Amino acid sequence: MYGSIAAIGAGLAVLGAGIGIGRIGGSAMDAIARQPEAHSKIQTTMIIAAALIEGVALFGVVVGMLGGAK
Amino acid sequence: MSLVYSMKRFLLALIALLVMPVVFANEKGGKQEEEYDVTGEIMHHISDAHEWHLWGDDDATTSVYLPIILIDNGLVTFSSKEFYHTTPREFVNAEGKTDHYFVESTGRYAMVHEEIYKLTNGELEFHEGHPKAESPLDFSITKNVLSLFFGAIIILILLLTTAGFYKKNGAVGPKGLAKFLEPMILMVRNIAVDNIGEHKYKRFLPFLTTVFFFIWINNMLGMIPIIPGGANLTGNISVTLVLAVFTMLLTVFSGNKGYWSHIFATPGVPVALLPIMIPIELVGILTKPFALMIRLFANMTAGHIIVLALISIIFINKNAAWGALSVPMALFISVLEILVAFLQAYLFAMLSALFIGAAVEEAHH
Repeated sequence: MYGSIAAIGAGLAVLGAGIGIGRIGGSAMDAIARQPEAHSKIQTTMIIAAALIEGVALFGVVVGMLGGAK
Repeated sequence: MSLVYSMKRFLLALIALLVMPVVFANEKGGKQEEEYDVTGEIMHHISDAHEWHLWGDDDATTSVYLPIILIDNGLVTFSSKEFYHTTPREFVNAEGKTDHYFVESTGRYAMVHEEIYKLTNGELEFHEGHPKAESPLDFSITKNVLSLFFGAIIILILLLTTAGFYKKNGAVGPKGLAKFLEPMILMVRNIAVDNIGEHKYKRFLPFLTTVFFFIWINNMLGMIPIIPGGANLTGNISVTLVLAVFTMLLTVFSGNKGYWSHIFATPGVPVALLPIMIPIELVGILTKPFALMIRLFANMTAGHIIVLALISIIFINKNAAWGALSVPMALFISVLEILVAFLQAYLFAMLSALFIGAAVEEAHH
C-alpha cells in the first residue's frame, strides 16, 4: 500500500514539472514570435530553465522511489 | 515515378513478410511458469556489481568476473568467481520473501546483494532480514570502477590528442580530432567567461572542462548496451556526490571577502534578522551542490529505468512480437537520453561556473 502512495507522490511531482516546463515552453515561443532574431538566446535560456525545473521534479521522484522500495 | 511507387510497395510487402513469423514465435519450453521479476531485473541493470554480466541466465551465464579487493587486517584479493560460482544459500529478507546470498568457497566472506560481510564461523547471522556481521573495507574493482577507468582512458586520448595538435602547430585552424572537439571546448570556455568573468576564469577552466567531458563521455558510455559501455556510472550517487563535493570545495576555498560577507552579513538585512539569515545562508552553501548531485543522478537513473522498462515489455509477455511496439518506443527514449546526456553535462558545468563566479565576484555596490 505504501508503494502506491509513493507512486502517487512521484506522479504529483511530475505533474508540477509538466505544468512548469509547459509554461516555460509557451513563454519561449511567444518571445521568439515577437523577436525572431533573438531565437538562439531564448532557446538556450529555455533549455537551462527547463533542466533546472526537471532537477527539482526528479527530487520528488527520488523520494518516491525511496518510499516505495523498502 | 511508377518505379518509385512499386519500390515502396515492394519494400512494404517485404517488411510485412519478415515480421509475420515473429508473431508466431514463442518461448520454447523453459521457465514458462515463472513470472518475470521486472523490478529486480531493472535494479540489477542499474546497480553496481562485482561481476560484469554479459549474457545468459541462472543456468548458463557468461560474465566477466572482476577482482575483489578488501582491506581486512591486511590486503585480501580474490576473483569474484569465488562468490558467483558457489551455490547460493537462502535467507528470508526484510519483506518476508526468500532471497539468496553467496558464501565464498573458503568460507571467510559472504556477499548479500553485492555487499560483502565477514564471517565468524563460516555462517552469516540474520537479524530481521538484514545480515548482522562486520564489513571489511571494500576497494574492489566493480563494474562502475572499470567503466570509470575506460571512460578516463577515452577522455585522456581525446583531450591529449587535441592538446598535442595545438602544441605542435600553434594557434592555427585545427584539423582532425582537434577540429571536432574545438567547438565543445570553446563552449566550455564561453560558459566560464560568461559566469566567472574575464579576469578570473582561466584558473577554473581546467576543472570545468574536466567535469564537462567526464560527465558527457560517461553518460554516453552508459547508453551503449554492450561491454565496455552500459555501466550506469553517472547514475551512481557516490560518483555524483564526489563531483558535487569538488564544486563545493572550489566554491568555498575561492570565496573572497565579498562572498563571505554576503553569507554572514547579508547586505540590506536588519541586524535582528541575522540569527535567522546566517544558518539559512550556511545551509545554502550545502544545498546547491546537493541539488547538482541529485539532478545528475536522478536524470541518468530515471532514463535508464525507462529504457529498461520498455524493453522488459517483451519479457513480461514472453513473446518476441511485442518487440514491434517496445523497440521503437525504446529507440525514441534512447535518442532523448542522448540529448539528456549532453544537457546534463552542460548544465553541471554551467551551474558549477555560476557558483564559482558568485564566490569570486568583485563587490560592486
